[in-house]
Amino acid sequence: MDYKKINLMVGIEVHQELATQHKLFCHCPPVLSEIESEFKFLRRLRPSQSELGEVDLAALFEFLKGKTIQYEGDHTTNCLVEMDEEPPGPLDPETLELTLTFALMVGSRPLDEVHVMRKTVVDGSNTGGFQRTCVVSLNGAVKVDGKKYGIQQISLEEDAARNVGEEGNISKYRLDRLGIPLMEITTAPDMHNPTEVQAVALRIGSILRATGKVRRGIGTIRQDINISIMGGKVVEIKGVQDLQMMPTIVEYETLRQLSLLEIRSELLRRGIKPDQIIDVQLDSSKIFKATESKILKNALKAGGVVKAIKLPGFSGLTGRELCPNRRFGTELSDHAKFKGGVRGIFHTDELPGYNITQSEVDALRKFVGATEGDAVVIVADDSEKSQRALTAVVERAKDVFNGIPLETRAANPDGTTRFTRPRPGAARMYPETDVKAITITPEYLAALRGNLPEMPESKLKRFQSDYGLNEKLAKQIVDSDYISLFEKLTRDHKTLTTLIAVTLTEDLKKLQRDGVPVEALSDDVIRDTFKLVDSGETVKESVPVILTWLAQNPGRKAKDAIEALGIGIISEAQLAAVVEAKFKANSELVAKMGEKAAGPIMGMVMGEVRGKAKPVDVQMMIGRKLKETLAK
Amino acid sequence: MAAETLPGYRGKLRELLYCAKVGVGDVVRVQTENETYEGTLLPRVENADEWHVVIKQKTGYNIGIAYTGDLKVVKIGEAIKPEFRPPPIPLTRDGLPKVSIISTGGTIASRVDYVTGGVYAAMSSRDLLSIVPELADIAQIEADILYSVFSENINSDHWQGMAKRVAEKIKQGASGIIVTHGTDTMGYSTAALSFAIQNLPVPVIFVGSQRSSDRPSSDSATNLVAVVKAAAYAPFAEVVLGMHEGTGDDSIIFHPGAKVRKCHSSARYAFQTVNASPIARYRNEKIEIIAEHYRKRQDSEPIIRNRFEKKVALLKFHPDFDPLIVDTLVDADFKGIVFEGTGLGHVSERCYDAIDHARKAGVLMGMTSQCVWGRVNMNVYSMGREITRRGVEPLEDMLSETAYVKMMWSLGNSDSPEEARRLLKTNIAGEYNPRTLYDRRET
Repeated sequence: MDYKKINLMVGIEVHQELATQHKLFCHCPPVLSEIESEFKFLRRLRPSQSELGEVDLAALFEFLKGKTIQYEGDHTTNCLVEMDEEPPGPLDPETLELTLTFALMVGSRPLDEVHVMRKTVVDGSNTGGFQRTCVVSLNGAVKVDGKKYGIQQISLEEDAARNVGEEGNISKYRLDRLGIPLMEITTAPDMHNPTEVQAVALRIGSILRATGKVRRGIGTIRQDINISIMGGKVVEIKGVQDLQMMPTIVEYETLRQLSLLEIRSELLRRGIKPDQIIDVQLDSSKIFKATESKILKNALKAGGVVKAIKLPGFSGLTGRELCPNRRFGTELSDHAKFKGGVRGIFHTDELPGYNITQSEVDALRKFVGATEGDAVVIVADDSEKSQRALTAVVERAKDVFNGIPLETRAANPDGTTRFTRPRPGAARMYPETDVKAITITPEYLAALRGNLPEMPESKLKRFQSDYGLNEKLAKQIVDSDYISLFEKLTRDHKTLTTLIAVTLTEDLKKLQRDGVPVEALSDDVIRDTFKLVDSGETVKESVPVILTWLAQNPGRKAKDAIEALGIGIISEAQLAAVVEAKFKANSELVAKMGEKAAGPIMGMVMGEVRGKAKPVDVQMMIGRKLKETLAK
Repeated sequence: MAAETLPGYRGKLRELLYCAKVGVGDVVRVQTENETYEGTLLPRVENADEWHVVIKQKTGYNIGIAYTGDLKVVKIGEAIKPEFRPPPIPLTRDGLPKVSIISTGGTIASRVDYVTGGVYAAMSSRDLLSIVPELADIAQIEADILYSVFSENINSDHWQGMAKRVAEKIKQGASGIIVTHGTDTMGYSTAALSFAIQNLPVPVIFVGSQRSSDRPSSDSATNLVAVVKAAAYAPFAEVVLGMHEGTGDDSIIFHPGAKVRKCHSSARYAFQTVNASPIARYRNEKIEIIAEHYRKRQDSEPIIRNRFEKKVALLKFHPDFDPLIVDTLVDADFKGIVFEGTGLGHVSERCYDAIDHARKAGVLMGMTSQCVWGRVNMNVYSMGREITRRGVEPLEDMLSETAYVKMMWSLGNSDSPEEARRLLKTNIAGEYNPRTLYDRRET
């Protein structure tokens, strides 16, 4: 695709969880809980007016869905602040310092005074009904392959509670994650093709890791992607966790936007005008009285209805593929689900099908007065929900004439995206009056500037020159989540540098591919494992099995692994006994081969003591024994 | 004039803004040595320093820019002034019971004031009705503002006014009365009204909120819905306080007005019934009665006795308590002193002379316990007997705050010291509970 021609513009927002001592506005530890929740409570959130006297549209939608929220918490990771039962404390100074440090690393200009704001979020993910957020610094840039990408803003916000399920009208959220500090880096829309997007995200990620204080693991870094093309509007795709998927997501979203613009052109070509698309809903339940379709049958049995609506001129368009695996009908369905709470829709471009017969489709078309060029959409659910769903379908269909709607979408695992809600405006922000503004003095910034962490590229050089790592391994470490741990470990165990580097990159990646939950490995158990290698209590060959065992047995210690796996170093006497036994069993071989018997004997002994003895010790002992034996 | 266009700005920065002819609400460009910022000029929080100008950027974020000698500010456009436009008030439905909401101020009836950045008592009960439209499905709401006073500024004059207004509303045929009130001193006010209006025909329900009503998680709407329901339909006719029972929005509890105390500084479940049982609970849109005894709704004529003596003090005893405090009050012509003593109701023997001095001056004295839960008993230790002998009345299981209000009321509504003492000792509104029940919560 010629991305230049369609003027693709992409900006990203990188959200990184920070590894500080405390959460952003309280003294709880910023970690996810490892235990069951210890208390639960129910709340409702009601949208309020913003500072400028407007009720925010996105907020209103979420309230209209009639949601109740069940929060689950525990006493280890939560206090009254996350429960919205105590006002927030001051902004955590450690977090602010870390953010300012990053800002200075990318040439951004910190503000003179930081003001904490409330961003309205009434889906339940924040107990207050808003997320606390503040801009810390403006402008700056990162360089990738010689090209400069602008940074617009660096802000600090509290992470949201974790959605742990839905049950009817109840959304369930776990409070452990709420309040964990997130640094948000917003770039300018300076990326113009899908591959650039991943490269810039990677670069920002590696500078973040260079600060040494970021959390690692799934979900600790998330990106939002803002995409627009010529003739469209900005669509925001939220919560992308897999960097590898970014190019596909951008590609598919570009396709989707192009297809939507084509659908508009096609409708105009067909002479359709927006005011022809009207919200006239008809109860078509009668037609499906004897239907074989399970979905329709069940809805009718439960006292529901099958409502139908005509979309003039949409024949062939509701079934039009926007990008792989997404049809325009899927978009209509997303809106129906969002506003009506229904499970989905059927449109005539996919019928007959789903056990709905041709004669039922014919009857339906006739019933709503659809001509050949029209599409018909049906929804089967309770009357009120169906009505809201079809109204949403009509609104979305009408919106085709406006091009690309301003909306927030979420990424699916296959790289496609789905509608989540209309894009919220600046009206969502109002001041957090419970937190005082923070002054950032030039003196403080000067002190920070004099003490900035090393940038990734100089780390790369240093790892090669000081530790003798090859370029590939050094690069892997610099790009790794484990970079800070690597530096700490090599400080204590200089002789093991290469082993540590290989373990933390290739070995862990391999284990992860094999399904080992390496996320569960804490810095402490990894550190202890290398300590045991250094002190000779285990051998380096055993490191992967020890880590595997530790990942599968969270909360246990490296020593436990050695014991459980039976791979402790055996004593010299035990080793001598094994060597003795092999010599006895192979006396003929020794007699025949003389000094050359060392090789095969070595192989046999190692076969028995691998992981329990250092090869160099075995070799020495065999050498001695051989000399003794031959001398006799 | 400048005072209005640049609220909160002071000193050199104010001078600069004034000379640049910009005011709050204007879209401005601010230029420093290195940067240019654009946004809407916002007011400066009044107690913040005088060296930063605050603007709201297009992104919605507020930022502060430091004053320097070469700071330049230019007006580049006008913006909409912040204002509060409440949604339309729902229509009242005939045939529903009439509920009167009397607003006195506090968090339930407040909004964030973006001028000062603080929470201000500025929203009328009508605003609340427009924001909680479902109230109109429960009752015909008649709302009006009596006061706009922060909790800590409420005094006995306001109690007097509240009692009077409540009585008027009852006379006009309300099925129940709601008083919205700041939470900090709401327990004092419920006690005051428990004594000031007697022989009630309908419930009088105080309500507040612990999270201001400008935020989505505010408890004000759920509290309001529950108290309106109770005001319209509950079977009791007492002064009560209705607020969250726990941290969740699913249960609202009604505490007896003379037995309720704010026991937490910030949580929704701040209020607790002390030394008694709550009256009722609202859950799943229903009101369930909890208390064994309560005054039923009835055809009765309310009796107003709403005078309060202001020269009353509540004294908390503590180690090194200086008896001079008591002497000073006596010399300042105080008419009553409620002690919050230790344990079963004690003060140091060093206070004996001062207590004698007070008694001789005709000061009415009572003893409560700073333990909050439990009852004073001044017969167990000799000090207790000694203090009683010197004229201090043991006030049983009455909350010290309620005892304070009760003493003001007793002195205010009697002609003689004997009559005041008698009133103080008489159980008027359930402030005394003869039985202390085991209420240890299972954990």
